[in-house]
Amino acid sequence: MALQTYDDLNDIHLDVLREIGNIGSGNAASALSTMLATSVNIAVPTVRIMDYEEVVEKLGGPEQMIVGLLLKLEGDVQGMIMFLLHQNFANMLLASLLGEEIPLSQIDEIGYSALQEVANIMAASYVNAVAAMTGLIINISVPAMCVDMLGAILSVPAIHYANISDKIILIEDEFRGNEMHAPNHILMIPDVDSLKKIMTNLGIEL
Amino acid sequence: MSQTIKVGISDLNIARSPDVLVTYALGSCVGICLYDRVTKVAGLSHIMLPSSGMNRDNQPYRYADTAIVMLVQKMIAAGADKRRLTAKIAGGARMFATFTDNNLSNIGQRNVAAVKEALSKLGIPIIADDTGKDYGRTVFFSADNGQMCIKSANRGEWVL
Repeated sequence: MALQTYDDLNDIHLDVLREIGNIGSGNAASALSTMLATSVNIAVPTVRIMDYEEVVEKLGGPEQMIVGLLLKLEGDVQGMIMFLLHQNFANMLLASLLGEEIPLSQIDEIGYSALQEVANIMAASYVNAVAAMTGLIINISVPAMCVDMLGAILSVPAIHYANISDKIILIEDEFRGNEMHAPNHILMIPDVDSLKKIMTNLGIEL
Repeated sequence: MSQTIKVGISDLNIARSPDVLVTYALGSCVGICLYDRVTKVAGLSHIMLPSSGMNRDNQPYRYADTAIVMLVQKMIAAGADKRRLTAKIAGGARMFATFTDNNLSNIGQRNVAAVKEALSKLGIPIIADDTGKDYGRTVFFSADNGQMCIKSANRGEWVL
């Protein structure tokens, strides 16, 4: 069957996407770990056909304050990659990269740049791994950042895809800082056409 | 005891005094609060996109041009008088100020414009407007007094 919407994805497709999540997030986490010189724990990725309300609930509720970093995927694969960082984790990153404690509420230009750079390096590691695996060219945009309610941040991809489809596919992975409890998330959201290219290049029947 | 009635994304609902309608974490979406102060019937719609365009039958609550009309019908059925309806609107922010994408970059602004147009067509005056800027908003709307309370993540709460 032809892949027209996300509902057409079968178990094999989902396994492939899970593997992409695995390799992508693994590389992103290891880049982060190198940058911080500390261990970063990463979970097994989940692939979900996204229902906005459900994802918001699962990731902590609509009003949870979170750091969102959003990059656009361009080239052969189009879509978005989004990082959702827990406040404590963002504070730890800032302290580790800038060498001083800046609470997120008082973050300045330099703090913004530091977190954007983290997203940039992690996203580049993620997509490079996927590009190497699939032979596709994937470029990333400059990361945009905001610190706000989770629901408002996640509505951005939801709105982007609402015109195209009722549902969006989300390759999601959790990562945690060393000895930190709260999970952070990487969301990779490819467009339907890009999914087709990924499957075709990996020799998977559509 | 007043109840709090939740309105999700791409959804709408009505309430009677003393109940309160709430919608969480509006980003670029817009919350439209309509009120008839005599019958104390309140309505809240949470739209995601300006226009239903080609998707007219699919998810009418998602779009400004279809949702607001349906909310008004629902309120009239509950006893509200259309001539008395007033509107308070919130949301339509630009969450990622530096993110450039043709579909997305000014979606908040376009949502607000579509909401204003829909309300103007229906002859419903906007008596409070807290739209635009770059932050998320949770909206509580009281059917008892028509007050819209806005809660933000970084900027506290205020009442309109």
